[in-house]
Amino acid sequence: MFVSMNWIGDFVNLDGLDIPALIHRFTLSTAEVEEVIYKGKDTDGIIVARVLSVENHPSSKKLHLLKIDTGSGIVDCVCGAPNVREGLTVAFAKEGAHVCGTPITAAKVGGYMSYGMCCSEAELGISADNAGLWELPDDLPLGKDLKEIYPIDDIIFEVDNKSLTNRPDLWGHYGIAREFAAIADREFLPVEKADLAKYNHLPPVDIDIRDPKSAYRYIGVKVENITRHQSPVAMRIRLFYCGSRAINFLADLTNYVMLELGQPMHAFDLRKVDKIEVQRFDAPFTFTTLDHEERTVDNRVLMICSHEKPVAIAGIKGGLESGIEDDTTSLLLESATFDGVSIRKSEGLLGLRTDASMRYEKMLDPELAALASARFLHLLTEIDPGATVISAATDCYPTHLPTVVIDIDKAYFDRYTGIDISADRIEKTLSSLGFGIERRGDAFTVTVPSWRSTKDVTIKADLIEEVTRIYGYDNFEITTSVSPLYPVRPDRGLSDDTRVKDILVKTFALHEVHSYIWCDAAAYKALAMELPDNVRLINAQTPDHAVLRSHMTPTLLSFVEENRGFAPRYGLFEIGRVVKGYDEKGLCRERKTLGVALYDKGITEEEAFLQVRDIIVAIFRDVKRITPSFVAMDNPEGFMHPANAFAITVGGESLGLLSVPHPSVKAKLDRKAAVAFAEIDMDAFSALSPLDLRYDEPSRFPAIDIDLSFYGEVASLSFNPLRAALFTVGGEWLSAVSVADIYQSEAGESITLRFSFSSKEKTLSKSELTVFIDALIAEAAKYGLAFKEA
Amino acid sequence: MLNEMIENLKKTFQEQLDAATDRESLEAVRVAFLGKKSPVSDLMKSLRDMSPEEKKAAGQSINALKGEFEEAISQKAAALEKAALDAAIRNAKKFNPTIPAARQIGSYHPITLIARDVEEIFSSMGFTVEDYAEIVDDYQCFESLNIPKHHPARDMQDTYYLENGQLLKTQTSAAQNHIMKKYGAPLRAIFPGRCFRNEATDACHENTFFQMEGMMIDKNISISNLIYFMKTMLSEVFGKKIEVRLRPGFFPFTEPGFELDISCLICGGKGCPSCKNSGWLELCPCGMIHPNVLKEGGIDPEEYTGFAFGLGMTRLAMMKYGIKDIRDFNSGNLKALSQFESN
Repeated sequence: MFVSMNWIGDFVNLDGLDIPALIHRFTLSTAEVEEVIYKGKDTDGIIVARVLSVENHPSSKKLHLLKIDTGSGIVDCVCGAPNVREGLTVAFAKEGAHVCGTPITAAKVGGYMSYGMCCSEAELGISADNAGLWELPDDLPLGKDLKEIYPIDDIIFEVDNKSLTNRPDLWGHYGIAREFAAIADREFLPVEKADLAKYNHLPPVDIDIRDPKSAYRYIGVKVENITRHQSPVAMRIRLFYCGSRAINFLADLTNYVMLELGQPMHAFDLRKVDKIEVQRFDAPFTFTTLDHEERTVDNRVLMICSHEKPVAIAGIKGGLESGIEDDTTSLLLESATFDGVSIRKSEGLLGLRTDASMRYEKMLDPELAALASARFLHLLTEIDPGATVISAATDCYPTHLPTVVIDIDKAYFDRYTGIDISADRIEKTLSSLGFGIERRGDAFTVTVPSWRSTKDVTIKADLIEEVTRIYGYDNFEITTSVSPLYPVRPDRGLSDDTRVKDILVKTFALHEVHSYIWCDAAAYKALAMELPDNVRLINAQTPDHAVLRSHMTPTLLSFVEENRGFAPRYGLFEIGRVVKGYDEKGLCRERKTLGVALYDKGITEEEAFLQVRDIIVAIFRDVKRITPSFVAMDNPEGFMHPANAFAITVGGESLGLLSVPHPSVKAKLDRKAAVAFAEIDMDAFSALSPLDLRYDEPSRFPAIDIDLSFYGEVASLSFNPLRAALFTVGGEWLSAVSVADIYQSEAGESITLRFSFSSKEKTLSKSELTVFIDALIAEAAKYGLAFKEA
Repeated sequence: MLNEMIENLKKTFQEQLDAATDRESLEAVRVAFLGKKSPVSDLMKSLRDMSPEEKKAAGQSINALKGEFEEAISQKAAALEKAALDAAIRNAKKFNPTIPAARQIGSYHPITLIARDVEEIFSSMGFTVEDYAEIVDDYQCFESLNIPKHHPARDMQDTYYLENGQLLKTQTSAAQNHIMKKYGAPLRAIFPGRCFRNEATDACHENTFFQMEGMMIDKNISISNLIYFMKTMLSEVFGKKIEVRLRPGFFPFTEPGFELDISCLICGGKGCPSCKNSGWLELCPCGMIHPNVLKEGGIDPEEYTGFAFGLGMTRLAMMKYGIKDIRDFNSGNLKALSQFESN
């Protein structure tokens, strides 16, 4: 919204104050000012002048040669405007003048000297009208500087509409002026208005509000004999500076009152609308609005009707048929208050937001409707004295909002602010903003003014804001809090995340990435992966992003693909959220999940797989002191290699997956490099209690390592159960079983297991171990390992 | 006669000692002169045939000779050792540490780094760090936060809704109610999280971004405290004194609510294109927690007050690291992300 400081000046005298500094304070105390524009700043030397004579240019059809009376002499001027004529009073930029920054100099135009320029309104920046010269009234004194006659100089600032969302009172200059009065500590002046009571003797307007929950108040008044067509210049300049296009006098006047007071108004042509019904219609129908658009309206949209015929969409836009036209001389004026939520719903339904509805949706003060109609009638009869009010200002006011009264004391202010704002200052600030105050020492009973009580100010904390924002947050002394100390325990999930990230980055040199919670269908397709049948967004930006991801791996694989040029080998990981369908209550099963992927051009797929396996083991060991198991999966996901798909398990519970890409995915990804990946359900991981750290005093006697080699199907060997079984037969001295070697010999695949024996009491001899070694060999045979005699 | 022999022996010893150039030849000299079948040994043996008087004088001379030889050999050995070391050092291969390192370094996502900064600061001030879901419901994201039905914040154009009526959280404030109920008052907590807004992406806009919510609730928490904590935290994050200013801002879950601006990091407040010549950058909505929100969280607003803030972590990271395009965060592009090395 644009605000004119000239207009503000109608309601508060800011003479002698630093206006830019005040506007800055407005940002700090009320709402953010986005831009300040100094209108007229780069225009000067424009005077009232008269065209004495007009001669055709000998060779140009467009140009004319003028003699101009500047009041202090006669000068030549070449002019191309279509409406130039003898006797016309014009805005003349003398030699040396500036027109919106352009210096005017004596120059040859079309071969003739021209000592100045006759200006259009658009050239002077006061309207969009560039059709011809600005035609001034003939009674203006020649030679007078135009800026002394018309308010061309102004300071305009723009406020972000969003920052006014909760302030229905700030959608007009009058409310903003009240803020300036409070900020500058100056008197807030009343608005000049008509006394509506003086029309009470006239016949009333027939107004019937059939939906008082949606229409709180409707004031209607009839006026006839309006003869003026164009608005006064000063009014047009203000409207233009504030972003409103001048249309005709009546339309301009409704806009003017809206920009001044924040109250939207509507003027119906009295020939078409002479009584009012406010209602909804059960059956949908089409309605053509002023902008010639046909719109479908149903019972969710409140309508203004006359003789049961819809004539306007309440609070949003008038109808094409009932609007004022150029020959309109009599009108029915609407000044009404509609329910904000009702208007918002209608806006959404119609996809239509107007200057009026933007204000109504904030929930306007119903009291404002009366002020606005009184203001409108005052301006109308002042500017067009022939206009005659022919009805009572009929006030249909079925729904009154309650008055808000709040009890508060200074102690509450002290506690909430942390500083000492005096009771006098509290009282003064609230009064300057229009609040009613009853004070008893440090206690106040505050009556919230109607323009703040529609939804904005309802509780004590709201009053804190009123006082502190005017006090200025930059004037606050700042202090730390005085609070008791208590122990702070980090969230286990987050601290596990931190440790896992540290292991991945510092030990394994992986790179952390972030991605989106939804699947990118195009990326899945590019890698021949199927979209999961999973939870969907109902309003995704594109249909490609509608399905939420059920696994981390597909996104990581597409990142791997995109980063192939980055390095010959690298690894990625992300801790993010996936969704595993809905639970029994119909809520999303959101799981925090770690995804890891490795890419390496220099190793085999199996090596990559085992490297990822090592990473997973390191994570479990480092964070939980648990060694996970890897169990072949029965139903691997489509992106996994069916032959090498493993579940990561602890105590039989699956916590993740370990695999390499499905061959069809691999073919799209990279045929040459090795890729492997894993996922861990971090919610389940965090739920695992870390095993206690146990200390085992080392033996003082040397250990004996015995290597035994076996033939067998090493690829299908499940090592953890084997090791557990070996420990059951290996005797009390067996302290470790590890794999010393796996190799391919002529006789088939072989594995060498290393058995470490140690005693805390003595040095062992090999002969003592023979019985155990025999048992180990026999146990290994149960797992398909045939002992290979040395 | 003995003295003459000794003198001759000394002469030959010296000649051979000088000729020794390494450990082996020196050992040969030792064996030749001091070994079991050496001249010194022979002289020792000859003492047996002497009279006690002769024996004493001769014994002293021979022992002196022996000592002299041993000393000379040990000195020579030390000299040879030193020469060998010197030669080894002189001839050693020279290494070049300026060759690029082979070991790969991993990297953290910039959001992780900035979150750790902020978490560390708040942890040191007694705040707990909490985690929360990304998929929430209407109650958590809106109703518990005093956002009425039909409020613009609930608009479809801003919020991603799921088929079952749940939604992707639009703000970390969605966790406020849960955390209040979990801990009650007094309470000091921060909670980082991914947030979602349904909007088209460009260099300045992302539909998926990070915020860090913070709450402090106690018996006398004030606006003055709020400004203190925000200023302290931001100064720590940026490692220099940061000026902050508060402007009125409207959020249904705060009262009063503020927009917190920080002095522009690029121009230091003088005004530049980054701050639209205002000298200030909008960073963080914050405010005193609305009494209705406290009440909904089971905390008595007459007894307790508190502040809350929602720091834009993504934006903070952009400022701190000079990231110009917000889309880099979720790009997975390692050329960009691998620069955020381990700290």
